[in-house]
Amino acid sequence: MSDVIKVGMADLNVVTPPNIIRTSGLGSCVGIVIYDEFKLVAGMAHIMLPNSSLSRQEKTNVAKYADTAIPALLIELQKMGAKNYALKAKIAGGAQMFTFSTGSTDLMRIGPRNVEAVKETLKDLRIPLLSEDVGGKSGRTIEFDPQSKRLQIRTVNQGIKEI
Amino acid sequence: MGEFIQKLKPHHLDVLKEIGNIGARHAATALSQLVNKTIDMSVPAVRVVSFQDLPEQVGGAETKVAAIFLRIDGEAPGSMFFISTIENTEKMIRHITSINSFQLDEPPFEEMGVSALLEVGNILAGSYLSSLADFTRLSLQPSVPEFSVDMAGAIVSYGLIPLSQVADYAIVVDTHMTELGEVEHPISGHFFLLPDPDSFEKIFTALGVNVNE
Repeated sequence: MSDVIKVGMADLNVVTPPNIIRTSGLGSCVGIVIYDEFKLVAGMAHIMLPNSSLSRQEKTNVAKYADTAIPALLIELQKMGAKNYALKAKIAGGAQMFTFSTGSTDLMRIGPRNVEAVKETLKDLRIPLLSEDVGGKSGRTIEFDPQSKRLQIRTVNQGIKEI
Repeated sequence: MGEFIQKLKPHHLDVLKEIGNIGARHAATALSQLVNKTIDMSVPAVRVVSFQDLPEQVGGAETKVAAIFLRIDGEAPGSMFFISTIENTEKMIRHITSINSFQLDEPPFEEMGVSALLEVGNILAGSYLSSLADFTRLSLQPSVPEFSVDMAGAIVSYGLIPLSQVADYAIVVDTHMTELGEVEHPISGHFFLLPDPDSFEKIFTALGVNVNE
């Protein structure tokens, strides 16, 4: 019997087969999957903001920011026996849901900025990014199967695809 | 500011609810004139909701919904959403425009219908904001509304971005809208008001409500 592990907004979790892991309704947020090629263990985070320096909170939720969520995900994966050299990543999301023509602050470009921050952090940690489905104007629901290592992406108008 | 939300007591939320009710009444009158039917709007609740639970208010993060989104500019900036089911929105627009083929299931969408929908957004937001501005004496203006048909989670999370830098909770002023006497086919939807972090304190201070007591 396989279960679906759910990852909420600004949340992260790990999965092993036969279970799969899912996060729903990614808009400007970025969903990242990091997995060990050999161990069949994967982790997913639903990232809302690029950088934890934007935080004005006393207690930071690490899963919310690209620069803190990815290292936190690595620690969880290591606890499950994943090895750093075998890690690969796939990402999806970072859409621009609305395009304000007037008075648009930097915050409204948050989708592309999230994608950039995720890529930067992966580069710093030397984790290869194998595939991505980012940008556009559509929300996405993503699902990863640690057995097949396929990331399934569903949108409202463009159906389902796999990367 | 995250601490600010935690300091809020039920009577603080009651103040927001009362303003919401007055705003809703103005909006209902304006909308009734537009659709030529008696629309009733009420504010059933003002709640502090965690980000995780917010998409659940509109049927789940993955549910396809029709949404109108506006930014509030001025002294107490924030975001505003009007979110409804595809069926309800189609019905409302068919009624207003008499374009019976109007559909929101698959793009492209009929341009006239979309304009009508944005006009509804303008009316709702405008009447809501003017009563909030009257009460608080703050200057508040709605931006040009934008429209989207997509997953509820993807839409709502966008409006949460400013707030997410300081908190994991949002104050939601939830509004229900129904057509009077139409039990079988009500026009209904949810209206969310999401003030930006620094706006809460401004609104409460303007209302003479002391939160740091």
